[in-house]
Amino acid sequence: MVRPLGFLVGLGFITALVLAIFTTPLSNEENVALSFHKHPRHLKLASDGLVPHWDKAQLQRGMQVYKEVCSACHSLNLVAFRNIEDLGYTEGQVKTFAKGFQVPSINPDTGEVATRDGAPSDHFPAPYLNEVAARAANNNALPPDLSLITKAREGGKNYVYSLLTGYQNPPANLPAELRPSTGLHYNPYFANLNLAMAKPLSDNQVTYADGTKASVDQMAKDVSAFLVWTAEPKLVTRVQVGWATFFFLLIFTVLAYLSYRNIWADKKH
Amino acid sequence: MASESELNAGIEDGVRRRDFINIAAVSFAGVGAVAVVLPLVNQMNPSADVLALSTTEIDISAIQPGQAIKTSWRKQPVFVRNLVAKEIAEAKAVPLGDLRDPETIDQRTKAGKENWLITLGVCTHLGCVPLGAAEGESRGDFGGYFCPCHGSHYDTAARIRKGPAPKNLVVPPYEFTSDTVVTIG
Amino acid sequence: MSFPWAKPYEPTHPLMKWMDEKLPIPRLVYNATGPGYPVPRNLNYFWNFGVLAGAALMIQIITGIVLAMHYAANAGVAFNSVEHIMRDVNAGWFIRYAHMNGASMFFIVVYLHIFRGLYYGSYKAPREMVWLLGVVIFLLMMATAFMGYVLPWGQMSFWGAQVITGFFSAIPLVGEPVRQWLLGGFVPDNATLNRFFSLHYLLPFVILGVIILHIWALHIPGSNNPTGIEVKDEQDTVPFHPYYTAKDGFGLGIFLLVFVALTFFSPNLLGHPDNYIPANSLSTPAHIVPEWYFLPFYAILKAFTFNFLWIDAKLWGVIAMFASIALLFFLPWLDSSPVKSSTYRPLYRIFFWILVVDVFLLGWCGMQPAEQPWVILSQIGAIYYFAHFLVILPIVSRIERPLPMPNSITEAVLAKHAPDTASGPAAA
Repeated sequence: MVRPLGFLVGLGFITALVLAIFTTPLSNEENVALSFHKHPRHLKLASDGLVPHWDKAQLQRGMQVYKEVCSACHSLNLVAFRNIEDLGYTEGQVKTFAKGFQVPSINPDTGEVATRDGAPSDHFPAPYLNEVAARAANNNALPPDLSLITKAREGGKNYVYSLLTGYQNPPANLPAELRPSTGLHYNPYFANLNLAMAKPLSDNQVTYADGTKASVDQMAKDVSAFLVWTAEPKLVTRVQVGWATFFFLLIFTVLAYLSYRNIWADKKH
Repeated sequence: MASESELNAGIEDGVRRRDFINIAAVSFAGVGAVAVVLPLVNQMNPSADVLALSTTEIDISAIQPGQAIKTSWRKQPVFVRNLVAKEIAEAKAVPLGDLRDPETIDQRTKAGKENWLITLGVCTHLGCVPLGAAEGESRGDFGGYFCPCHGSHYDTAARIRKGPAPKNLVVPPYEFTSDTVVTIG
Repeated sequence: MSFPWAKPYEPTHPLMKWMDEKLPIPRLVYNATGPGYPVPRNLNYFWNFGVLAGAALMIQIITGIVLAMHYAANAGVAFNSVEHIMRDVNAGWFIRYAHMNGASMFFIVVYLHIFRGLYYGSYKAPREMVWLLGVVIFLLMMATAFMGYVLPWGQMSFWGAQVITGFFSAIPLVGEPVRQWLLGGFVPDNATLNRFFSLHYLLPFVILGVIILHIWALHIPGSNNPTGIEVKDEQDTVPFHPYYTAKDGFGLGIFLLVFVALTFFSPNLLGHPDNYIPANSLSTPAHIVPEWYFLPFYAILKAFTFNFLWIDAKLWGVIAMFASIALLFFLPWLDSSPVKSSTYRPLYRIFFWILVVDVFLLGWCGMQPAEQPWVILSQIGAIYYFAHFLVILPIVSRIERPLPMPNSITEAVLAKHAPDTASGPAAA
């Protein structure tokens, strides 16, 4: 009984699928935008690979770029000032750095909205009060929070780096409907080619304390490295713990294998 | 039908050496299991963001002599009390031998700032918040603090004098960052 | 319940004797996974995956309980509470990544376990109940994994919940009310998140219960083996402990090595970047895909693009997707061949491997956008999937002529070790 019924049910599905095959056009709608879209360029960082470390000087420069350029529009909600001790700052430096920010607070006497000096336990304050304010100030585009950006985009750090360095004039053969309209900017690394963010970096926009030349490429690299850290501050620890665990388990597995062979030595199987 | 000897060959040789491997493998498994338990236990300790909140700044300029305020440090209540001379004298008059947890008032305040008594508002018996910090609350038999849960009385140096509590109210680590600002933690 | 030669439990220590009289748990363990359970001596490494699935479930339960101590099932803070675990909780990143990748490891070993059963005919009499309970476990796992994926409240969480509950809106007449009932609203929101968290915490323990039944049902006929020939006498078996505990220990080592490599070196390999963007009910990610372990079924869902008979394409897809799993319940009766192991089934073996390729093909198509050639490939893949189980299998089991089989497990083992027949076809 199961087999004849199953046969009929199977026939039903197969017929529906065969009909679906013959009614689905075999050619795709041409996606012109796709042919102009570019894959992110590779960015090599110290935190890559299986023996990663943090290039603290680079992370510090990256944070400077974030603070002086990106933070005008982009929040960094998940990062607290205390976290930047990871970048090689001392407790005192962190305190001073935090004091340089005004964070939202409440006036203790009146209960009104106020600000106060930042403390290490505070997070980087957001540039806008809320999403509506952010959109209102940015031509209805919402600058995303950058804390997780290198984990939240296909291509990660490569994408961020490519996007920051990828602004260019639209190619001559770009169809009119793909050309940037008012308030948009052409960038082949962006999914639909035109994004609301204007080219954020220009040469010597920041002055690095360590004397590194602040070219667009250098700043893009540095801030991408910094955003790799903000997205996963435990990355280096994670891989290091991983190796210790892996080697321990490797020894265990070898022992377990020998033990298995040993116990089965007298049994054919 | 196969005989047992066909299926099972060479049982006796090298049994001791082989036992060692089994023991080593099981020991490794045991060590590994313990190593995994550590992070699973440690995760219950205070997390980094909780530890980061461990300093609090308090403005004491508005506290009049004889008054106290209740504030918080690590989400625990903290009593900051501006002692009057009479209260300091009372505390000094008590012989240390009479105290359950002998400490002088000088040990419990900062030199030059003896009028500022800063303690946790957590009864050392079972953790209730004692009365006496706010205006009009009972200060107990010794003019300090009184815990209504089980009737512990603290004196003007917040030392336990009567009732079930074993210890004086805890003095948290703090320092005067200026004449009017105290940083706890 | 077991073979007559099974070693009886005989406690010697007075404490164990006392325990045996009051609550004979040691006896139960002894007879279930100890020396008291005789197991065919010829099991290969594919028989490791049952124990490994159990290990994976334990890893998920332990890490899950710990995560629940820090996670907040509230739409306003869920996303940040996960990031709080990743950044601030002691070893939180390790526990979260272990839970995340533990789910994938669980599915990997369970899929291998299922395909082992398909290849060696473990679903056939007298083990139909073992198979049926296994399918129940698989369904519960899928439900648990789906609801777990919603909890971080990222974009994929939200839109996954939206799309999967959308299946139910395909039901005629009552579809939309059923969907609203499932969600507790019109879109996934706080109510959805809370009920999913509650059920995500509950279901693993239900799975644990069904696993106990699964093992219980297994112990009545005893384990299958690569020859598919039932155990005949004591020579065919070895005690579970120490023989298979040792072998499973080694298997566990390999399993953990893979698990550790994934968790520590590439924890987001099997995840999706969009889930690091907080849920937003006003913006759909450009390309929604489920977790990898659902991809073959997702491909089947998408393969139906034609309104056939009085059923529209959407409903066909949903019915077919559920049917693709539900038909596994009927497998013991769809395949009527008395021979279990594919080793002796030359024709079935070919179709088995086509099915393996087909499932990979479907999985690949499930990952792709709804464009050609992926649509037609998923349609062909889905045709084969249904044809395999509902048409080919019943026919093959009738017309196939099995290869000559040994008389017993022992004979098969000795044949393998005899030097002159060692090169014989597919003796494993």
